[in-house]
Amino acid sequence: MGDERVLRIEGLCARVGEAEILHGVDLEVRPGEVHAVMGPNGSGKSTLSHVLMGRPGYEVTGGSVTLDGVDLLALPTWQRARAGLFLALQHPTEVPGVSLESVVAEATRQSGEEPGESTHDVHDVLVREASRIGFDKRFLARPLNVDLSGGEKKRNETLMLGALGRSYAVLDEIDSGLDVDALAAVSRRIQEATDEDGLGVLAITHFSRLLDVLEPDRVHVLAAGRIQAVGGPELAERLEAEGYAGVLAEAGASVGLPAGVTHPGDDGHDAGFGEDPFADPLA
Amino acid sequence: MARPDTDEEVWRYSRIGELDLDRYAPLKRQRATQTVVQRDLSAFGEMSAVVVIRNGWIVEATASSDAVDAGLYAGPVGDAPDGESLLGAAVDVPVDLFGHLNRAFGPEPLAVVVPDGVRLGAPVVVVVLTDGDGAAVFPRVLVRVGADASADVVELHTSTKVDALVAPVLEATVGRDGHLRHALVQELGPRVWQLGHQAFQVEKSGRLEAFAAGLGGDYARTRTDCRLVGRGADGRLAAAYYGEDDQTLDFRTFQDHAAPDTTSTLLFKGALDGESRSVYTGLIRVRPEAVRTVAHQTNRNVKLSSDAWAESVPNLEIETDDVVCSHASTVSPVDEDQRFFLESRGVPTVAAERLLLEGFFEDVAAASPHPAVAAMLRDALADRLDRRDALADGASGSAGEGAA
Ligand SMILES: Nc1ncnc2c1ncn2[C@@H]1O[C@H](COP(=O)(O)OP(=O)(O)O)[C@@H](O)[C@H]1O
Ligand SMILES: [Mg+2]
Repeated sequence: MGDERVLRIEGLCARVGEAEILHGVDLEVRPGEVHAVMGPNGSGKSTLSHVLMGRPGYEVTGGSVTLDGVDLLALPTWQRARAGLFLALQHPTEVPGVSLESVVAEATRQSGEEPGESTHDVHDVLVREASRIGFDKRFLARPLNVDLSGGEKKRNETLMLGALGRSYAVLDEIDSGLDVDALAAVSRRIQEATDEDGLGVLAITHFSRLLDVLEPDRVHVLAAGRIQAVGGPELAERLEAEGYAGVLAEAGASVGLPAGVTHPGDDGHDAGFGEDPFADPLA
Repeated sequence: MARPDTDEEVWRYSRIGELDLDRYAPLKRQRATQTVVQRDLSAFGEMSAVVVIRNGWIVEATASSDAVDAGLYAGPVGDAPDGESLLGAAVDVPVDLFGHLNRAFGPEPLAVVVPDGVRLGAPVVVVVLTDGDGAAVFPRVLVRVGADASADVVELHTSTKVDALVAPVLEATVGRDGHLRHALVQELGPRVWQLGHQAFQVEKSGRLEAFAAGLGGDYARTRTDCRLVGRGADGRLAAAYYGEDDQTLDFRTFQDHAAPDTTSTLLFKGALDGESRSVYTGLIRVRPEAVRTVAHQTNRNVKLSSDAWAESVPNLEIETDDVVCSHASTVSPVDEDQRFFLESRGVPTVAAERLLLEGFFEDVAAASPHPAVAAMLRDALADRLDRRDALADGASGSAGEGAA
């Protein structure tokens, strides 16, 4: 069990303030796999990403998350990252006075190592990563995300993903705000990470264009705080063409109400879909 | 002159009631000693002049031959060209008791005179040292930057671990089209009370950049007046402060616009740890004649502990139309979203706060007039953050990251 390489989310329930947002999310991502998560605005996609990373203000009320057997929810945020999780934020935070380069240097510094000991290596890695996504290396020394366009922030996120070399990445709308060329470069970089380094990806997106390059193994539809439907890449195309209503109706979900729903039983993994141990207490 | 009282607005939030003046006495003439200048000034590289003021007395004043040839004077005001005119040039009547005490008990003031048209290529560095236990110390520095002249003047205020009262006064005037870059680095010992006054006066199209680092002292108060008296004069004030233990750091600023088309910006930033306290009160005053003034004032405070306390009181007094004025002030803990963002990359909590604090002060450090001054601020910050990390390690039993 401890040796099994998988990011496993089981029955995850979470609350933001007074509001219960996630009502039992089940997902499994294995190395090299790409899982897309799609869903209407407000369905809980960003909440899921924040809960996985332990953002303050998000309270887990049930379920579990393990990363290669490690109980992720027991760790503080920075240890979750070092255990192998990366989160690209939908809205990357502006950090005045702090450069991307200094963040990556601190993020990779081992305990006991003096500051600056490996800055040379970090710089080289970042320059290489910047060129891989066609990003100007002057962004490395600028205050992180301050006064950057949405697309530049997303490329910063991609750059750090490449440089930090984590095992699993949750990408929250990494494709939003990117122009066509940048989107191509960013998607290609992520695709290469899955191929070369066996990165497992959980990509939250509204667009199939990202998925054209990433070729998801599974597409999950999140609505009302639960995975309501699962399918192959064709599901993403159908959602983009038709919207969510049809797919969710077929799945028996009523959007906006976390009512008990029929889970799609067969998703290729034996993650326990079909049974709901965290049935909504209000249902 | 009446004793100041916290009932008066300018002394509100101060600790003036705790001060027992009778505990301190002025010292007789001081001599230079081998140990006087403990600070290494090599980071400044070439300097136009070095002056040491010990317990208020000038004990050393040396100018480089280049600077002297160019016309710089740095020494006792009595020997300065037209020295009389420097006295009270920026302060006609002292603003408070401590200004009066400085005039009454202070030894001969230092004069730094940069004649018209002279542009100094290297800074004038003034070390203001206090090492007399029980001393009441009254340093007074008079700076004149002439028309079309430019100069960097750096004051380093330090002390040994004595119990002392220091009431320094700076009067600086900047002539027409002149440019003064001034820095005050205050690293007094933990038992020193400081009550200081800096007064800058800027004439037509002159520029002032004043930087201050408020780091030491038990109670350290600095009042800064920036008077823009000539059309188009520009004043930029920046300060960084960091309180630890039960220090109180107290800043009163006046951006006084007394001529048309004058501009001023102020950026004061502080971090308060332990049980330390800070007071910032700032006034932008636009006099009736100061049409088309542009004035901005920003004070930001980061509270690093729940026992720390920061008071921020911005004020505007505008007596004409057609001005652009703004003020902003904040008191908040370390930004949670920023910290989360760094932690989500794998930066340990303590290191993340450290990066954020270094980043917080970065724009103020960048406003310092000399790289050596910026380095002093960064070093002082690093020392304080090291002490903070050591405390955090001790308190948490060092979960995860061990102490380096
Ligand atoms: N800090 C918060 N406080 C209260 N409600 C929140 C907070 N953050 C998000 N929500 C609510 O949680 C729901 C899910 O939001 P989110 O996860 O951002 O959706 P998505 O990313 O799928 O668009 C929304 O109804 C949103 O309004
Ligand atoms: Mg979202």
